[in-house]
Amino acid sequence: MSESRFLPNFEAIAPFSRLTDSGILDSGESPMSDEAVLEALRYMMLTRVFDDKATSMQRQGRFGTFSSVRGQEASVVGAASTLDPAKDWIVPQYREFPALIRHGYPIENFALYFMGNPKGGTIPPNVNMLPMQISLAAQIPQATGLAWGLKMQGSDGVVITFFGDGASSEGDFHESLNLAGIMKAPVIFFLQNNGWAISTPRENQTAARSFAERAIGYGVEGVMVDGNDLLAVHEVTAQAVAKARAGGGPTLIESVTYRTGAHNTADDPTRYVDQQELEKWQQKDPVERIKNYLRSRGIWNENLEQELLDSCAAQIDAAMEIARNTPLATSDALFDHVYAEPPQRMLDQKRDWAIRNGDAQ
Amino acid sequence: MIEAIRECLGQEMEADNRVVVIGEDVGVLGGVFRATDGLQARFGKERVVDMPLAEGVIVGSGIGLAMSGLRPVIELQFLGFGHQAFHQIGQQVARLRYRSQGRHALPLVIRSPFGGGVRTPELHSDAFEAFYTHTPGLKVVAPATAYDAKGLLAAAIESDDPVLYLEPLKGYRLTKDEVPDERYTVPLGKLRVARAGADVTLIAWSAAVNVAERAAEELSEQGISVEVLDLRSLNPLDIDGIAESVAKTGRVAILHEAPLTGGFGGELVATIQQECFYSLEAPIIRISAPDTPYPLGGVEDLYIPDVDRVAAEVAALAKASA
Repeated sequence: MSESRFLPNFEAIAPFSRLTDSGILDSGESPMSDEAVLEALRYMMLTRVFDDKATSMQRQGRFGTFSSVRGQEASVVGAASTLDPAKDWIVPQYREFPALIRHGYPIENFALYFMGNPKGGTIPPNVNMLPMQISLAAQIPQATGLAWGLKMQGSDGVVITFFGDGASSEGDFHESLNLAGIMKAPVIFFLQNNGWAISTPRENQTAARSFAERAIGYGVEGVMVDGNDLLAVHEVTAQAVAKARAGGGPTLIESVTYRTGAHNTADDPTRYVDQQELEKWQQKDPVERIKNYLRSRGIWNENLEQELLDSCAAQIDAAMEIARNTPLATSDALFDHVYAEPPQRMLDQKRDWAIRNGDAQ
Repeated sequence: MIEAIRECLGQEMEADNRVVVIGEDVGVLGGVFRATDGLQARFGKERVVDMPLAEGVIVGSGIGLAMSGLRPVIELQFLGFGHQAFHQIGQQVARLRYRSQGRHALPLVIRSPFGGGVRTPELHSDAFEAFYTHTPGLKVVAPATAYDAKGLLAAAIESDDPVLYLEPLKGYRLTKDEVPDERYTVPLGKLRVARAGADVTLIAWSAAVNVAERAAEELSEQGISVEVLDLRSLNPLDIDGIAESVAKTGRVAILHEAPLTGGFGGELVATIQQECFYSLEAPIIRISAPDTPYPLGGVEDLYIPDVDRVAAEVAALAKASA
């Protein structure tokens, strides 16, 4: 009887981690070289510089509504640092700035997109990513099909798709895990459990004790990782990538982290976030934690930090400058790229819009 | 018609190994209407794939397959179940090219039977085409003949735009006309004059074309000459072809199986009064289902416009004056 009855287990489980809260590595060997950690930390710092810059521009009316990565930098960068941009694909949501930049998406395009310019959506040739997804979870079936298609055509590329705890309540998440399991698609479902879907807490998304174990129901492996621990996220994701590449199929990774900023620039988290909980998570700040790790390795100091910060600021400023100097889109931006072969009616509208708008012909 | 669709799929898969067929029951069974019969045996389980029963991920993963370089042909078993995938079709399929600013083409075809008249269980038979013609980025075709079924499907598979290809449930077996063995295409966006006439233009698509033709035949015995236009393609719409006919007849009736309000007929009325106002000799009429949910099969004949009703309304139109 017991073997044919499946009961939920509510015993608390701890996510896999490698670093203590203060950044000390456990007894094993680090899954990342110091150089790789430094490179990853730079992406994390770059993200923070971008988020601060974009938020301040948004307050001045020079940037649109956007969602910062704050608190989740190790989660995103740790996952992305396992990918080979030449053959692996990212199917993003919208809170994965450093993953996209590392993969080759220009910072200025990211900025233009959030400034409301359709040109920002331009994905350069050979950058293996889909557009950012705003309709939550809709990207997950696409990632699954993409991975399945790559496998069908004999590629050893893998696909990683990002989404949150909230999006995992959508049917698309469940349908995708199910299909990926059946097809053994080389896809990594990277679920960032950041505690919140705007104001709705994680407890309102599932009665299960973890998101990771939902994978079992689909015949898929699940793993729960400390999302504020760069080394642990990298290690777990690298294993999932290697498995997918070798034909072992999909993995669901639950990266347990915390959104220490607002949902987006239009949100007011003071209406719903518990201050004590927030402070608890701020003490596990992923950037400080990995800096402490590097300090313990004797390769972090204030000079290096300042040097990196300056170079990040210069890179962001240069990209923002390009974005600011990009001409406002003309009315063509409404019509271009809608169809490969546009209907005549839409072409007539394009002409009328250009005349009304006074666009140069 | 079902043979024409099957033959086309076989020829396209033969010609281009990027073409894959996915859907519910499309493999061993060959589809519930046998549109894919024999394809899995010919092309293998990798290219003709029985999918789990989940329309959202069938369409959504089809997008991913297209991204990976394949040309998927998706079967949605009934358009009535298309709402289960509506978010993927309306927001995703139709917009990926635009949202990526041309980086990602979406050579994807969604085939789906729609419309009533064959006594299906409930929620199978709605004519939901207007949801999809209101979706920029998505082309919508609805052939009425076996010849066009084959040629439009080939054109849809060849197209780099996503195409919703609607098949008449009622026409699957009833519609029989000559279909060449060789591969050919019928261009997207061109109507067909199904019957030439001088007094009234009667516009229809899919299964309604047959009803229109039979009504026209009946009316010819009363001395009323009806020109029947088979639109074949709803987006792109052949506005020039419609205008040419209306210039000749001055009177227009639009026939569809869908409910009146918000139906594609309204779009046609608006377009025709704008393009052909000075040719019109009487108000344009729409002959449609009532504004009610699609009923159970026992009363569907009361719901779908039939030959007698169409003949009576078109006869009245022929005599009406502005």
